[in-house]
Amino acid sequence: MDDTKTDHAELAHHHPNYVKVWAILVVLLAISIVGPFLGIKIVTLITAFGIAIVKAYMVAKNFMHLNIEKRFVVYLLSTMLIFMLLFFAGVSPDVMKWQGDNWQKTFVAQEHPAGHGENAEAAEPH
Amino acid sequence: MRPIATTRTAAGLPTGRLAVWWVVASEIVIFGGLLASYIMQRVAHPEWHMQAAHTNVVAGGFNTFVLLTSSLFAVLGHQAAEQGDGRKAARMLYLTCGGAVTFLLVKSVEWGHEIHEGFTLQAHTFWSFYYTAAGLHALHVFAGAIIMAIVAKDAAKGLELHRVELIGIYWHFVDIVWIFLFPLLYIAK
Repeated sequence: MDDTKTDHAELAHHHPNYVKVWAILVVLLAISIVGPFLGIKIVTLITAFGIAIVKAYMVAKNFMHLNIEKRFVVYLLSTMLIFMLLFFAGVSPDVMKWQGDNWQKTFVAQEHPAGHGENAEAAEPH
Repeated sequence: MRPIATTRTAAGLPTGRLAVWWVVASEIVIFGGLLASYIMQRVAHPEWHMQAAHTNVVAGGFNTFVLLTSSLFAVLGHQAAEQGDGRKAARMLYLTCGGAVTFLLVKSVEWGHEIHEGFTLQAHTFWSFYYTAAGLHALHVFAGAIIMAIVAKDAAKGLELHRVELIGIYWHFVDIVWIFLFPLLYIAK
């Protein structure tokens, strides 16, 4: 056996009860599947996306051990998430308000005549 | 004597682990950009829910369960490696590989059915996002399974046990990506 055993013994840390964490994750998964059947939009949003965030946090903390990792790793990953939000903030106004308030996307009208294609509404003059 | 690349450190943590964190960081931008684009389009086009209604929640939910369980095996493998038990670590990694294979099998059956129904990559922009996001994720599952099998082979001999943790970190990230893909592609209808 090589010397990794000794090194790993030195690096060993307190492990949470992984099976318990997994069981909680499975229960949360069940809730996220059942939630939308109630047909209430806010409940679906919370049970689907709220729970997804909680599950991701639990995996990152307990399985990836981010809670005991060097802080700069957390900052590194957070920076990437901020980049993602920056991208969203910069691009979403154009994508999500594609019909426009004070402009017309004339190229959409040319490519998708009214009544055809999924962007057909864009062909309507504003 | 271990290779110098695994022992030297300028950042306060093993170089291999630092490298995996960089991989994860770059993957966040790749998947994040794709998912952010999808969310923008979904909000802009509420009518896409009619396409999303055709996705198979049972298959998606089962695959989420499979990935969560495989993550459990991966972290138990890490725990075993820390205790110097290479054989147990390898066993856990092979079980994780089994999860990856199950995931890909379910996905191939699911996709085969959807393509047969006419929901192809070009059928609608929703399906373009669906196949791109889930396909990119499936590629990561496939790559992870291969790397894991290689790591497990060495771990069974008690070699390079630190790699068990490294492939585990990658695998948990792949799990987290699916945790977000599942509600976005299957539940939001």
